[in-house]
Parts: sequence; structure tokens; C-alpha cells
Amino acid sequence: MAKARDVPDEPPRTPRWRSRLARARSNLGERLGAALARPHLDAGTWEALEEALLGADVSWQVTEQLLERLRAEASDQRIDDPAELRSLLAAAVADLMDAPDSALDRSGSPAVWLFVGVNGSGKTTTIGKLAHAEVAAGRRVVLAAADTFRAAATEQLAAWAERAGAHLVGGEPGGDPAAVAFDAISHAAAAGADVVMIDTAGRLHTNHNLMGELAKIRRVAERAPGELCETLVILDATTGQNGLVQARMFGEAAGVTGAVLTKLDGSGRGGSVLSVRAELNVAVKLVGLGEGLGDVVPFDAAAFAAALVDTEGIDPHVRGA
Amino acid sequence: MFEALSGNLGAVFDRLRRKGRLRPEDITEALGEIRRALLAADVAVGVVGEFQDRVRSEALAADLNRALNPAQQVVQIVHAELVRTLGGEAMSISFAPRPPTVVLLAGLQGSGKTTAAAKLARWFRSQGRSPLLVGADLTRPAAVEQLRVLAREISVPVFSETTDPVAVSTAGLAEARRLGRDVVICDTAGRQVVDDALMAEVRAIGEAIQPHYTFLVLDAMVGQEAARVGRSFHSAVGLDAVILTKLDGDARGGAALSVRAVVGCPVAFASVGERVGDFERFHPDRLAGRILGMGDMLSLAEKAEAAYEGRQGAAAADAAERVLAGDFTLDDFLEQMRQMRKLGGLGDVLAHLPSAQASQATEAGVDERRLGRMEAIICSMTPAERAQPAIIDGSRRRRIAAGSGTTTAEVGELLRNFSAARKMMRSARPAGGRRKAKGSKGRKGRGASRVTPAGGARNRSAAQLLEQMEELESPPGTGEQPPGSQPPGPLSWPGR
Repeated sequence: MAKARDVPDEPPRTPRWRSRLARARSNLGERLGAALARPHLDAGTWEALEEALLGADVSWQVTEQLLERLRAEASDQRIDDPAELRSLLAAAVADLMDAPDSALDRSGSPAVWLFVGVNGSGKTTTIGKLAHAEVAAGRRVVLAAADTFRAAATEQLAAWAERAGAHLVGGEPGGDPAAVAFDAISHAAAAGADVVMIDTAGRLHTNHNLMGELAKIRRVAERAPGELCETLVILDATTGQNGLVQARMFGEAAGVTGAVLTKLDGSGRGGSVLSVRAELNVAVKLVGLGEGLGDVVPFDAAAFAAALVDTEGIDPHVRGA
Repeated sequence: MFEALSGNLGAVFDRLRRKGRLRPEDITEALGEIRRALLAADVAVGVVGEFQDRVRSEALAADLNRALNPAQQVVQIVHAELVRTLGGEAMSISFAPRPPTVVLLAGLQGSGKTTAAAKLARWFRSQGRSPLLVGADLTRPAAVEQLRVLAREISVPVFSETTDPVAVSTAGLAEARRLGRDVVICDTAGRQVVDDALMAEVRAIGEAIQPHYTFLVLDAMVGQEAARVGRSFHSAVGLDAVILTKLDGDARGGAALSVRAVVGCPVAFASVGERVGDFERFHPDRLAGRILGMGDMLSLAEKAEAAYEGRQGAAAADAAERVLAGDFTLDDFLEQMRQMRKLGGLGDVLAHLPSAQASQATEAGVDERRLGRMEAIICSMTPAERAQPAIIDGSRRRRIAAGSGTTTAEVGELLRNFSAARKMMRSARPAGGRRKAKGSKGRKGRGASRVTPAGGARNRSAAQLLEQMEELESPPGTGEQPPGSQPPGPLSWPGR
């Protein structure tokens, strides 16, 4: 097997959102900066704000909502300095994205977490890193390699399991993924494990049969001895307007309880999750901030909002209303 | 693919058509709607602005209201602009005079490089070449293993070793020379970030193997970042073209529309499914037609050609002609259903059809999951019943239902749907009669086969259908406008 360089030996560290996200500055951010540096609030400012949001993959519907709120606030507070809009915008985004409870549900014994998403969104990697964190926190973890479709997917998860110190339950290539999930949960229950994470094959949400298979995996997982606590849809931060449809379709097939936004350390801003939150009321629970083992961390609405609108130097904990 | 954009633009044009004459504010409104449709399709913000500006100035220059059908003219302008934005001509792949032709694949993590490498290898094989795959992605756990499994499926050799990416690539090239392989496809590692280390690695591999083609593998679902990713790779390694992956989802097509304008290189291939064969050349003109709901019969016909060879192909084309002419029987219907599977399934075929026909087919109850039951029902009919469904009475219906394990209601529904589909195809048939497309390969210039709406004799929905068909028959804008400006028609069933 190839040497697994993306499974580093370094210990988990506390990721710093700001520094991670600051790596990739988009030129839209610069354009926004230029517009906000103008002496007075004018049509050009609003246009630049709109472009910045659209350029961060925020849908035009949500963009309009946000700008409407901002216009009202700007006229209420008689704002004339465009620079003040930045923090208002960040606050509006943070309000939208904030969820009362974004912690992962560990109530079952074992607690079963199902991971779903399109191909290449980062399911296996997210599970690997999360398993590492759970094991480091003293929990016993079983990984279920229910991606029996993609060539070498089981090997990839096995490499992660070994690194994290988790058990792996796999199946035959082309085998029934629901059976793998059931076996893994039964095994975990018998062995007294705390958490079972089920990796599923990436599938495009437009494929009815595969989405049906996912529903079956869920049904079977519910029948196993543990408790299905989370079904997390993995969304790639570089995904555009398609993210909303993905979240909706996976939600219909598997009953999604939250989202994981991956690859946020890249240049993608993940603006499409605003629609996921606004239209589906699905909260983002975790984000992937880098390639290190400790880089899957709880979602922070204020930090996310600050990064989205490029509010460098503004206290991310400033909230509106 | 592109359903969302297609649907949104279609709605804009429908509103324009209802207006007849167009006032300047109608155009402004339509432009705003087009902008939203493009933004919702993930087209780069800058590209959307340019697109809008060009359509606006073209529309002003065209003096729309002198045309008898201003809305059609707008459609034509948008079509031309789409083709232009998508990149004009399809890219052609040539081969190095001294083999092997070296291809380097680069891209972000999760974009589908490894799968694209295998698909590309299969495509080269279908062109009579003998490719070698080089697994230089030593970063992702089991990436080389994945490549080997895929390569075994298509019987293409793989070279890899656990040294370093540059050494593997160089050795792979030497191995290809030794084995006499004439195409080398090098799969490289992706990263989550467009970062310097990744670029340096790809650049080093490029310098070592001097590729003839460097392709960026790009996930079609990527949003606004597509432009940025494309630019970064282009400036780092010099791209020749892009391979778009996962176009089979409901990818919005934004990347396809943005790449040419922002990166300046064409899209060469599109990956349109999970199977290794689901890989197509990228044809801007055909895609533009598809986006505007005019279908892509040319690609469908090519697929049909590839699926059936020899005499069987001729029979299939004949059956297809009967379908288009509206004289098909339940036997043809059955045969079509079976062939549809070979063609990649109903969904794929519908995606290539003009939107009007596709939606009619969907409304008529043609749904992939029900095809199996429908097949069983038809198989339970006698030959006489299949030829003349009208003779099926209550008693026959009960027998057929019992034989196929369905209910009489389902049998009745199938018969109703069949008769509706036949009627639909009949009304869609060109007035010039059954189209004999013999001898006209590919695009056929439009002749006198336009449907003329027949006044008040038809009910409203039939008239609407005819109108839609007319637009399909004639490329956008050809209907009633000055001669001399006719673009080639994208829609015709090619003969054999």
C-alpha cells in the first residue's frame, strides 16, 4: 500500500480558524475591501457586497435576504461609513448559521453515526480524523467500511483505523453495505464500544437506486443493537449551489441530522451552507480545516461568518442584536 | 446535467414569448433573470457580468422589434453566447509523432482524478491506442490500489512504485517506452488546498516527463472557486484543457461555462457516470443546445451507434424512426425499453432529448422504476394484442394482469400511456411526413419540414406543443427572421 502521507503522526492541535482560513484570500475579498474603504455608502458598496457574497457561493436568494437586513440596519443606524457594514454582514451571517446545539449526539450505546455524501466530498477522511479525536478522548470506536463500491475504499479506511486506534469492520468488495453496517454495530455492541462510524460509498444524489440503498443502510442500522444518533451529510466547501440540493436529497433518503463542511482550509468559502441552513434548517456541526489529524473541529458560526466576509481584524465574537 | 440552468432559462424565454413585442424594460427584466439563472448555476460572477453585457448589446444591435418573433431572437442570441462561452469548437486530441503521447492529470482532492485517469485510458483504447497508467498519487491512502482495480477492469497496465512522485513518473515513462505503449497517463496527488507544495510537486512531475497534454480534473459541482482553481493550476503548470467530472449529478454547469472564459483553455472531456465507459468528448455547441432545452440528438445517436453495431444498429435506427414518426407498436415499445438499458438507462436518454419531449415522456408516466413492470405487462400480451392494443378488453386485461403479476388498473394505465405517447410523437412529427434522413450525416440543414400551427383546429395544449416543437425543429431564431442568419440546426435524427 502507498505510504499514507495524509495520515500524519503529529498530535492533534488546537486549530486556529483565523490563521487557517486566512491562507486563502480571494480577490473578491479584496474588491470588497476596496468598496468598503470608500468614503460613503453608495450603490457601488452594495454591489460589491453582493458580488462578494455571490462569489463565496452564497445563493442569490440568501444574498438578497442578507442585504435586505443590512439595508434596513444601515438606514436605522444612519450608517454612512461602508466599513461598518462588514461587521453587520458578519453578524447577519453568524445569526443565520448559529445553532443552539451543534454537539454530536453520543447518547446511544453504542452511538451510531452514519456518514453520507457525494463522491469525493471527504467522508472517509472526516471519519478517520474524527475517530482519532474520539479515541484520544478515551472512547472505543468501531469504523464500518460500508463503502464496498469504490475500489480500495476499505483499504483507505483501514489505514485510518490503524492510525487512530479504532476497530475496523469491513466487507467484501461489491458486498451489501447494509450488512457491513449491521455487522459493525453488532460487533461494537458485543465489544462494548462507544461509537460506531459508518462510512458509505459516495453517491450522486440524483441516483435513485443508490439513494434507496442509503435508506436501506439507515433502516438496517436502526434495527441493530445500538442507536442511530447522527446522520451527517458531508459537504465540500468548494461546492456551489449544488450543496443545497445535495443536503436536501440526502436528507430525504437518510434523514440527515447535521452537516459537515469539509475542505474549508481550501479556497472555497462554503457559502452554499447558508442555503442549507436557511432552507432546510440543517445545522453545520463540524468543519474540516486542514490536513492534520486534529483538523476536524466543531463548527463556530461567528468564525465562519468572519471568514466568509473577510472581516480581518474584527472581533469574531461581535454579534448583532 | 444542467437541468436547473436549462429550466430557469426556459422559464425566462417562455415569459418573453408570451409578450410578443418586447419593450426595453422587458429586456432588462429578462437580463436580470438570466443573470440569476447563471448565478444559480454557479457560473463565475465575472463571467455572468460579461455574458449579460454581451447579450444586452447584441439585443440592442439586433433591433429586436423588427423581427417578427423577438423572443426567438433573444433565444438565438443567448444560444450563440452560450456556445461562445462554452468554448466554441470541440477540442481535438492529436498524438505525438514519436510515441508515447504523455498526459498529466492534476487537480484538487476528491475531484475524481484517479477515476478520470482510468476513464481516459479506456477512451484512448477505444481510439485504438495502448495506454499505460502511472500511479503517482502516493499521498492518499490506497490511491494506487484504486487505480489498479479500475485498470484491471479495462485491461490497461499500471505502473507504480513507492519511491516519490517524480521518480515514479519518470520510471513510468521509461516503462511505457520499454513496453511500447503509445499513451502514458499520469495520475497525481490532490490536495485540499491550492497550495504551493502541491503545485511544486505537479510542476516537478511536469518538468520530468514533459507532457503533451496537461489536464486539470475539475469537479463540475464546484462553485465560484472553479475559476480560481483553474487559474492557479494554469499559472503553475500550464493547462491544455479541463476534464469535468461528476456531470451526471445535477451539476449546474457553472464550471463548464466559466472555465473557458476565466482560464482560457477548453473543456476536453466530461465524465458523466460511475461506470468506466461514462466519459464523453465535450461538445460546446451540443451542450448549448442541451442547456436551452433543444436536446442533443447527435450525441444520443452516437451512443446508439456505439451500442449497436452492424445490422442490429440499422434495425435500431429504423425503430427509432418509427418512434419519431409515431407508428410504433407495443413491440417497438418493449424493444425500446430493453435497448434503453443498453444506452445507459432512461434517465440518460431523456437528458439528451429536447426538454419538451423529455417532460412529455415523464408526464406520460415513463419512469425508470416502472419499466420492469411495464415490460412484464407487455410480455404477457399476445402478438395480436401488441400489434393492436385496441382489442384489449376487460377479460384480456384481467388475463394480462394475472400473467404479469400486476393489476388491471396498471395494465389500463400502460395502455393509456402508450396511446398518449404515440399521439404525442405523432403530433410532434414534422408536417413534411416521415423523415427519411438517409444520406444526411450529422447536422441536417432545415428544409420545409417545419410544423405549421393549424389555427383553431387544435386545442391549446396541442398548439403549445407544436410551438415548442417548431422551436426545436428550427434552431433558435430561424422561425421568422431575415434570411442569411440561419445557424445550423442542432436537432435532426442522423441517418445511416
